[in-house]
Amino acid sequence: MKRHLISAADLTRDDAVLILDTAEEMARVADRPIKKLPTLRGRTICNLFFEDSTRTRISFEAAEKRLSADVINFAAKGSSVSKGESLKDTAQTLEAMGVDAVVIRHSASGAPYRLATSGWIDAPVINAGDGTHQHPTQALLDAFTMRRRLIGPDAGLGQDLAGRRITLVGDVLHSRVARSNVDLLHTLGAEVTLVAPPTLVPVGVENWPCEVSYDLDAVLPKSDAVMMLRVQRERMNAAFFPTEREYSRRYGLDGERMARMPGHALVMHPGPMVRGMEITAEVADSDRCTVVEQVANGVSIRMAVLYLLLGGNEPALTHPRTEEK
Amino acid sequence: MDASSSDTTDRLPARPVLEGPDIARMLTRIAHEIVERAKGADDVVLLGIPTRGVFLARRLAAKLEEITGRTVPVGSLDITMYRDDLRLGPARTLARTDIPADGIEGRVVLLVDDVLFSGRTIRAALDALGDIGRPRAVQLAVLVDRGHRELPIRADYVGKNLPTSLRETVKVQLTEEDGRDAVLLGVKHPAPAGER
Repeated sequence: MKRHLISAADLTRDDAVLILDTAEEMARVADRPIKKLPTLRGRTICNLFFEDSTRTRISFEAAEKRLSADVINFAAKGSSVSKGESLKDTAQTLEAMGVDAVVIRHSASGAPYRLATSGWIDAPVINAGDGTHQHPTQALLDAFTMRRRLIGPDAGLGQDLAGRRITLVGDVLHSRVARSNVDLLHTLGAEVTLVAPPTLVPVGVENWPCEVSYDLDAVLPKSDAVMMLRVQRERMNAAFFPTEREYSRRYGLDGERMARMPGHALVMHPGPMVRGMEITAEVADSDRCTVVEQVANGVSIRMAVLYLLLGGNEPALTHPRTEEK
Repeated sequence: MDASSSDTTDRLPARPVLEGPDIARMLTRIAHEIVERAKGADDVVLLGIPTRGVFLARRLAAKLEEITGRTVPVGSLDITMYRDDLRLGPARTLARTDIPADGIEGRVVLLVDDVLFSGRTIRAALDALGDIGRPRAVQLAVLVDRGHRELPIRADYVGKNLPTSLRETVKVQLTEEDGRDAVLLGVKHPAPAGER
């Protein structure tokens, strides 16, 4: 594995399967009376959040604490960033404090890559979402949720998602979740289809390893999992569709549409959901919807990533060694 | 599964010091000893330490069932994340922890491993157990005790005491993983003078 986790595209199939398998073991820790492992005792991890976040920040913090790491939480609001401090100065401050890893979320695409490659800090960098670029741990937890549901926790060990048909619906243009998922699901052998209004399909999508469709109703019966994406108003500076009602009518998932999906198919959402816009309450609260499961799986996946990057003196080898005594 | 002796030097061909029938006899003897010491073994839970300890635990459970007529719960306990040498190499792949449904609370937990060497694996296993529950007692069964303990730990049940030097390697092979049952004793090549 590489030293940093910046993009889902950096992961090989073996890396990804190793993370998923490790997360399966981490998930078992949640069932124990003491939900804690001593593995990262003495390691200091800084959560550097320059953009609002609830579930990702709490999820990383829970994962770090379950592995016994010392956690420093940094939010840009109320920090020296609001006084004009740059990313470089913040990074050098953390370096001087002896941080062992940095988890960074930033509204600027490329900020984690800059941090990892600038030489400002000598610690592994984990991307917790950067602008419209990447959110690799979200893609990993989505793949983990799909593998558990479609194959099974035990039967899925060592398996990828070869031949599974996954549909991503909605605001692909602004979605780092969609980009990460397309990369990772392709690496894991799945067939990905994007469904979006033409105005929310990125330029250059023909070079992505996926299909594009504008007709949700035609794709639903052929999907093993359907992932609804949030319409990201905070990143929109223009009108991308006429009205919310029209968007919802063409690209929203309601009970009637869900009935057209195969019986085993999942409904997924990275959260936060806008009920009534991309997903109705009826669908969000159905047994097929994995939103809450995805949050629980997020902690297991982040524990796995942190362990594999920081558990040893270098990232895990993808192929385990044999031992003599 | 102490890894203290693993290295990358070339080794001389290893010779078998125990074969399949020897291992089967030892496990039968250990099973009888367990029944005797645990007064019928009705509250014993076997936890194998991956990889080969798990197969040995399953074989012991089958023998205990033959002797007592009762099913003995058997599981596995991965100690990777409790190791004290994690930071001496790349992060290690995790093995499976599988605790039987009735848990370990108030029961006699019998840890099973293939080779007892420095004792650090068993120290890690004791730490791992503490996070899972509170057994009434913890005992240890090993197929081979090769000596060279680095901690005050001993086995309650030993298949074979095998005196070794630190220049030697001990490798247990089991049918389930390696296609045959054997204990192999090998000798590392002495390192070149400049590398010692």
